[in-house]
Amino acid sequence: MSASTATPAVQPRRRALLLAGACSVLLRPALAAPTAEAQAAVARFTGGQPVRDGRVVLGIDAVVENGNTVPLTVTVDSPMTAADHVQRIAVFTELNPQPDVLVCHLGPANGRAQIATRMRMAQSQTVTALAQLNDGSFWRHRVEVVVALAACLEGG
Amino acid sequence: MNIRVLIRLPATARPGEVVEVRLLLQHPMETGFRPGADGRTVPRNTVRRIEASFEGERVFAADLFPAIAANPYLAFALRATRSGTLAVSIEGDNGLAQRETAVLTVT
Repeated sequence: MSASTATPAVQPRRRALLLAGACSVLLRPALAAPTAEAQAAVARFTGGQPVRDGRVVLGIDAVVENGNTVPLTVTVDSPMTAADHVQRIAVFTELNPQPDVLVCHLGPANGRAQIATRMRMAQSQTVTALAQLNDGSFWRHRVEVVVALAACLEGG
Repeated sequence: MNIRVLIRLPATARPGEVVEVRLLLQHPMETGFRPGADGRTVPRNTVRRIEASFEGERVFAADLFPAIAANPYLAFALRATRSGTLAVSIEGDNGLAQRETAVLTVT
């Protein structure tokens, strides 16, 4: 079959492929909505204040092998001066038995708004890092993490 | 009973330099959610709070929950302004209350 005769047959299919590709991008599931328990934990931290996305970077692998010890860093874009600094950094999970992970208290003496730790993850879920600045604003970064081996909740 | 605490920070720093302080605690961080061999839940035994002060001024504090991995690791930054002692106090279940120090020399 020559290329010229093949063209009309192929093109609709190509269009369908393109359409399918576009749909898969559009329909890609957004970050799952936080569970009620996780929302309550975040609300306790923020005191119900509005939270904006940005300024915070939660550094965590998208796929982790061992949920028993998952390294993470939280970095906040802040000069850490007396006039403009991060007061608190918190980490929350959505599907662990308890949403709270860590709350850190910082100040201008730190010089850099960055913390690192290692956490447990009971299953694949979204991890949220929150930062409270001294002007009272709250900032957030959420990352979806796939866990291969979940942190052990069973006996043994 | 005391736990093993490692405080890692550079031996010397320049004035104004931001150094990283790394803490490593030897602790099981028993969550309180996990059944033991006898089927009953193992009671919670975690480090609950870590506070760091430099020359008496509090520079960092952290509230830890059971989602922190066993043998907790925690790193934070500190602006070196003068030589002095960094004191780290650790509190937790089963009466854990401990204080460790490390010296930072600013040249």
